[in-house]
Amino acid sequence: MKLASGVLTGSDSFRANRAAHLAMLATVEQAATHAAAGGGPQAMARHVSRGKMAPRDRVANLLDPGSPFLEIGAMAAHGMYHGAAPGAGLIAGIGRVHGQEVMVLANDATVKGGTYYPMTVKKHLRAQEIAQECHLPCVYLVDSGGANLPNQDEVFPDRDHFGRIFYNQARMSAAGIPQIAVVMGSCTAGGAYVPAMSDVTIIVKEQGTIFLAGPPLVRAATGEVVSAEDLGGGDVHTRLSGVADYLAEDDAHALALARRAVSHLNRARPASVQWQAAEDPAYDPDEILGLVPADLRTPYDIREVIARVVDASRFDEFKPRFGETLVTGFAHVVGCPVGIVANNGVLFSEAAIKGAHFIELCSQRNIPLAFLQNITGFMVGRKYENEGIARHGAKMVTAVASTNVPKITMLVGGSFGAGNYGMAGRAYQPRFLWTWPNSRISVMGGEQAAGVLATVKREGIERSGGTWSAEDEAEFKRPTIEMFERQSHPLYATARLWDDGIIDPRKTRAVLALSLSAALNAPIEPTRFGVFRM
Amino acid sequence: MFRKILIANRGEIACRIIATARRMGVATVAVYSEADARAAHVAAADEALAIGGPAPRDSYLRGDAIIAAALASGAEAIHPGYGFLSENPDFVDAVEAAGLRFIGPSASAIRAMGLKDAAKRLMADAGVPVVPGYHGDNQDPDHLAGAADAIGYPVLIKAVAGGGGKGMRKVMHPSDFASALESARGEAATAFGNDAVLIEKFVEKPRHIEVQVFGDGTDAVHLYERDCSLQRRHQKVIEEAPAPGMPPAMRAAMGEAAVRAARAIGYSGAGTIEFIVDASDGLRADRFWFMEMNTRLQVEHPVTEAITGVDLVEWQLRVAAGEPLPLRQDQLAINGHAFEARLYAEDVPAGFLPATGRIAHLAFPPGARADSGVRAGDVISPWYDPMIAKIIVHGPTRAVALQQLSRALAGTQVAGTTTNLAFLGALARHPRFAAGDVDTGLIEADLPALAQVPAASAGVQATALLAAADLSGAPLQGFALWSPLRREIRLDRGEETLVGTLLLTPSGPRIEIDGHECTPPDLPVVKAGGQIHVFDAGQCFSFAPHDPLARGAVTGAAGNATVSPMPGLVKAVFVGPGQAVQAGDRLAVLEAMKMEHTLTAARDGVVAEVLVDAGAQVEAGAVLILLAEDAP
Repeated sequence: MKLASGVLTGSDSFRANRAAHLAMLATVEQAATHAAAGGGPQAMARHVSRGKMAPRDRVANLLDPGSPFLEIGAMAAHGMYHGAAPGAGLIAGIGRVHGQEVMVLANDATVKGGTYYPMTVKKHLRAQEIAQECHLPCVYLVDSGGANLPNQDEVFPDRDHFGRIFYNQARMSAAGIPQIAVVMGSCTAGGAYVPAMSDVTIIVKEQGTIFLAGPPLVRAATGEVVSAEDLGGGDVHTRLSGVADYLAEDDAHALALARRAVSHLNRARPASVQWQAAEDPAYDPDEILGLVPADLRTPYDIREVIARVVDASRFDEFKPRFGETLVTGFAHVVGCPVGIVANNGVLFSEAAIKGAHFIELCSQRNIPLAFLQNITGFMVGRKYENEGIARHGAKMVTAVASTNVPKITMLVGGSFGAGNYGMAGRAYQPRFLWTWPNSRISVMGGEQAAGVLATVKREGIERSGGTWSAEDEAEFKRPTIEMFERQSHPLYATARLWDDGIIDPRKTRAVLALSLSAALNAPIEPTRFGVFRM
Repeated sequence: MFRKILIANRGEIACRIIATARRMGVATVAVYSEADARAAHVAAADEALAIGGPAPRDSYLRGDAIIAAALASGAEAIHPGYGFLSENPDFVDAVEAAGLRFIGPSASAIRAMGLKDAAKRLMADAGVPVVPGYHGDNQDPDHLAGAADAIGYPVLIKAVAGGGGKGMRKVMHPSDFASALESARGEAATAFGNDAVLIEKFVEKPRHIEVQVFGDGTDAVHLYERDCSLQRRHQKVIEEAPAPGMPPAMRAAMGEAAVRAARAIGYSGAGTIEFIVDASDGLRADRFWFMEMNTRLQVEHPVTEAITGVDLVEWQLRVAAGEPLPLRQDQLAINGHAFEARLYAEDVPAGFLPATGRIAHLAFPPGARADSGVRAGDVISPWYDPMIAKIIVHGPTRAVALQQLSRALAGTQVAGTTTNLAFLGALARHPRFAAGDVDTGLIEADLPALAQVPAASAGVQATALLAAADLSGAPLQGFALWSPLRREIRLDRGEETLVGTLLLTPSGPRIEIDGHECTPPDLPVVKAGGQIHVFDAGQCFSFAPHDPLARGAVTGAAGNATVSPMPGLVKAVFVGPGQAVQAGDRLAVLEAMKMEHTLTAARDGVVAEVLVDAGAQVEAGAVLILLAEDAP
């Protein structure tokens, strides 16, 4: 069942597509590089001159040599806060420590002292959510001044704000998901609860501090004059207060202690799925850039992408002759069984029914699902409404929402309207949601939205006897089209953490594999579906 | 032919003898000391018997125990190997008295050659040229000084009963004679219980050329010469056959002299006639003199085997079993050129100190003969000679063979102990050696350069760091969405810590050291004994994993301790508790591998404690003497 490929790698369209995708990639890569540089070279130099490791180096040296690092929200806050918070001042991602997959959350103190912007909070909570869903031990590399005060209204009060961090820690700890904190810098006010709420806490000597109120606030409140070290330094907390458990000599030592702590967690991965030996795809994943049209409106066969993602390009397609605009089937990705649900055109009733059927199958068999989303929506029009496409679409949405097998969603093209729901969009709680640089996400296309608004306006003008020139209409539509274009861009989306990150399409297979591997740290709970409207 | 023989030896020579015996269908019995219960020669033999404690005097030198083992095991003959009891005539007598055959010469032949002065007289009488010298019984210092004057300076003072360079002194000027004589005598007395010395002409550009002889008690042949001029303190380092630059006339003359010497004592078995050759005017047929005869198989016998195609051990067994000489002189010829390099566990830069340790990894390149008595996992103990192997190559010409030697040394892998491999490699590349311009002073003259241990190159470091990263196995190694992580890798090498950064790129792993990026070369790397060993040009670079959790360990009284620089025997302790000493004062003497090492006070102070007594066997690093903490 090896998929056959009809891609002509020497064709002009292949070359043109590839060039267009590379240009889109370059834009994203630039944003990624900017985010990875944190607060910039000067802030980094200042940070390192204090004997601290650069934040990304802290992550690297916590993880095993050669560990993959599946970064979450790498470009969060891109273009927000006037560019003040690259990466939202937080590095988050999944890597291996002594072979055990862990979620690492590292404050980047080079970005506004590691303070929490709204997006920082959102990213932190998203990483915790992943850890909670995937049963990944959390290692917090803490170096943060706490809430970003000018943004306190968007950071502190609401349910998914700062306090949720500690709530999550307690809930995860209760669920047997280890919480380990390494205090490598400030840990002030609310931040003090990250180490305090952890199962195991390590603090760096004469560098890490934990206190509810820092020396200036103490002085203001009580008049007591005390140094940061005496108030809440490593010596105090490991010897007197017991807030921390291990005293580290420096960052490297602290990370070694954290690695040792992870090595003693005594965790085993549940045996949910039958792994098999990984095989490379029969077709070069690099060809994805040339075979996927640069223009979202151009149709292409999604099986060409599947052939470059799955082991040996082997795909057991389910129901291939029915509801053909949705491709469903079984495959393996780096040895892990996976059920693939992929768009190959607009969703019709049959496709939606087939999708619901396939999701039921995978749920029955404990097979994780991968959604390759490229969808303009469900088919519209009298014929389809009358045959009950909403009812059939609801079946698919019910199946997607109800299933308990891990879902990984990959936006490989458009993500518009209710298609987003049926294909496990963000609201449907996929374990991970990744996007390609060419993807677009919005409630509908910008042209369509502007068209709807223009139609309403024209009707109003004409009802009151006026006329509306084509030029005026175009002028009216332009800002809407532009707004949709801007807001549906993947960088706009990823900045707001509508997804877990933009990826290089050529890395789709690796990202899927790592996502599945992470997700399968948690047992797969049995599924109970909601009522299907029959 | 014997059905079963006992090998009264250990190490490579026991293994080598067992190999030939096995090929000939002869069963073998090994004997072993407590230290050798799991040694290679024990595993190689058909059966093995314990004969005593680890010290040679408690085992391999115990003739009675060995003969009892031979009788118990039903062996018909005993092969002594070299060293230990191989040249002990009393042992030969005892073997024969027990109704067993000694695979070697008669006791009388050994006795005849045992005392050097008597041997020289004997040889002179047989028409073999001997070095001008005094070999008389009058040991009066003034008389000996007079003899030295008569011979002409420079002269050499040698212990009559000596060997291996002990009790030997070179004297350049008459004024130094008295003190040199005294120290030579002292050494001879402790080593041999006999302080008698002889005086010899010191040859200016001496070469050590020896001739392999083989007798069957009536007849004798020679198997050409070996050149053993590459020596350090009378220890052979690289041997070769034939001797470079040997004129046919001189070869014939030496061969004939050697055969004459063997016949003169009715020699039976393998023996070596050592000559000193004055090469100051090239090799000349009238400039070689008899030095001594070794009445046993020599360590370096394989080079003779290589060029003659004769298995000398096979000949030993056949002749001892009563067969006549297997080949006549006219059936023997030289084929090509052979080298042997002696691979030792020793620390060359530290002054060739013997080293010990567990061999973590041992591999020899194909194409070379490696006679070894140790395997990976075996321990080089302080009790015995720390030789790891002899590496022998044979080629059509000297130039080819020398290249083979270089290559074989570069391809040899030893991990777990310090070795002289780099030194051997440097020697094999030495221009004077390559030109065949050898003499016994070559090594000393160029020692600083030869003893240099190459530093670990960036490639070696990168290879070790990459190995430490342990990238085997796990899928999707080094994956990153956008910005790859830079992982620090640390390794310890002695006192130093090596720090590198691992970068996993689509084109493969790269290592950055001190800001320089490097693709690790494809060097052999082995993880064994808890360490990472990288082999580069014959040198083993060993790195220990860095323990990031081991922090802040402080050593207390390090400056106060005098430690044993090597494993050895404490010969003397000169100080006692409470005694004041000055920096440089002698504290103790340690004997190891035929060398005496004086341990001196590192600073002025008062002895607080003496932790060993004279006669104790100590390991390297053992604390021997502690000085009191200095008053502030």
